[in-house]
Amino acid sequence: MAVRLLDGRGTPLEKQKFTWKEIVGPPISKLDDDAFTRVRIILMNGIEQQANRFQHALAQMNGELREAAARIRRVEHHQQTMVNWLLSPDHSPLETTIGYEQVAIEVTAAVAQQEPDPYLAQVYRFGLLEDFDHMYRYSALMDRVEGKDANNILQCYTDICPGRPTSEEHRAPADDLRTPYERLTADPISKLHALTIMSGEYQTRDYYMTIGPTFTDPVARQLYAEIASIEEQHVTQYGSLLDPNETWLERWMLYEANEAYNYYSCMESESNPRIKAIWERFLDYELGHLEMVKRLFEKHERRDPAEILPDYLPDPIAYESQREFVRQTLREEVDLRANGENFVPRDQEPRATREYREHLNSEGSPSDAVAAGYQWQPGTELGGETPKAA
Amino acid sequence: MAKSNQMGVNRTGIDMSPAQAKEMVRGAEELTPLRAGNGHSLASIEREYIEAAEPLGSVPLPGTLKGALKSFMDKATGRNPEVFLNKLGERLAFERTGVRLYDALITKCEATGSALPIERLREIRDEEAQHFHLLTEAMESLGADPTAQTPDADVAAVASSGIQKVLTDPRTSVAQCLDAMLTAELTDNAGWDMLCSLAEEMGLDELEAEFRQALAEEDTHLEDVRTWVTESVLSESGTTARRRST
Repeated sequence: MAVRLLDGRGTPLEKQKFTWKEIVGPPISKLDDDAFTRVRIILMNGIEQQANRFQHALAQMNGELREAAARIRRVEHHQQTMVNWLLSPDHSPLETTIGYEQVAIEVTAAVAQQEPDPYLAQVYRFGLLEDFDHMYRYSALMDRVEGKDANNILQCYTDICPGRPTSEEHRAPADDLRTPYERLTADPISKLHALTIMSGEYQTRDYYMTIGPTFTDPVARQLYAEIASIEEQHVTQYGSLLDPNETWLERWMLYEANEAYNYYSCMESESNPRIKAIWERFLDYELGHLEMVKRLFEKHERRDPAEILPDYLPDPIAYESQREFVRQTLREEVDLRANGENFVPRDQEPRATREYREHLNSEGSPSDAVAAGYQWQPGTELGGETPKAA
Repeated sequence: MAKSNQMGVNRTGIDMSPAQAKEMVRGAEELTPLRAGNGHSLASIEREYIEAAEPLGSVPLPGTLKGALKSFMDKATGRNPEVFLNKLGERLAFERTGVRLYDALITKCEATGSALPIERLREIRDEEAQHFHLLTEAMESLGADPTAQTPDADVAAVASSGIQKVLTDPRTSVAQCLDAMLTAELTDNAGWDMLCSLAEEMGLDELEAEFRQALAEEDTHLEDVRTWVTESVLSESGTTARRRST
């Protein structure tokens, strides 16, 4: 199904209403639903959360847009709640974490392959290998501390093995900045990709910052602190891809288009009919929001939204295992490092980054400690222990 | 490590703020308009959700039943092997987590120089691992997937998640950890007992014999932990010391 962005469809804002019972509907089944249903839920929570964050900043900086932003944002907030509350409460915080990293791996890998700009694609592959390593560290934590198997969440779609070692991902702030896309020449899908991946990483940062202190195990607390720091770096990286010369309204339109694009992608691949109906409903809500913002853009900037938006939404994000692509990227690029906005061989890392990292790790590395000698096996690494005779 | 039973400035009770406590009570009385209603409104929402709820998930039934379970199913219709598989999955997950709980307890005892017999703790830890392997083999022999998380395994993990939190908190004492372990061992013991009964009812004689052996070992775990809990509390209270000195 092709979705048009420029022809004024969507649910009018005044018809976008909720009740508490609707907002808090039945959650998915952790055991029976497909892992990609959870992936989509987590990502859409992040997309909505970032829309909320952006609209608050926009309203605080643009008096004339305050009311429109408040009205749209209230709906976005309730959309986010309804989506996030689909996660069932038998997910432990660590199980949800595994879900978050699966989002980071599978969605970033899908985006990296779809991205037309070679430099931006490289940025996604670079970040992908870091989140891939987080999955390995958290899986070790889950097995060794909680005695659980991360693959109950992953459902065999995503490998559990080391990527670029987390302990080596710490970089000086300047080495996390990338070259932004150029607003006048970039393909619209490049802009949507950047917003999507940044939103996903931003919610991951916030999630780890919220749940990290709820763990009692000191290694778990350290690991969440360490990986939250990398997620902050990732928000810096992906946020720096956005052209800072875009106007507030131009960016707002892109955010609304991106929300529509993501709901559309979810709708196209969803296997749970009840959840699919939610994606469909919210796609129409987002098209309604986009319509309002297009009118604001025309009014305040006296420009045609067609300058910014494509007529049709691009091809949807593929929600399927990207195992082969991830493995290939791992083989070819695990030793890449960052030097300012460029990717370089390992031995060309700037001194500032090396010194920053050495100091952070100087009293030990939680991510190294938690996974020392860890190799995932179905069920648990205890499967490899020889049973001692009774 | 400081003792978990020392007196100090605990600020949680209202007696710590005599003047403010009076204000709190007066404020609640004067500023909360009395309205009709009670906890029933809350319960009625809960009831609605309970009535509409779907189960947490399903038991993954093996594509082809094997071995003892197949003979059992062949004997009569109307049998529900999923109950047995669900419980096997629950026990398996519990034993696997049990290994990690004992790992944490051993670390705690070593770090604090506890008088608890570490060697015995290691034995128990290894027996939990053996039980995990026993259940893995049992499930495989029936054609079931031991890596699947069954609904009862999922619920048991939710129920026992606090135990692991107590064990891995660096601030908890060995006595507090033992209390948490007692909860785990009581549950585990009852779980094995149930599994033995199920195997017996189903006529799975070989499995029943193996499970009874495991239950006998679990009986000793429970007994040991119960003894250690009592001893550690008595020791911290000074009662044991006085008893011994008299």
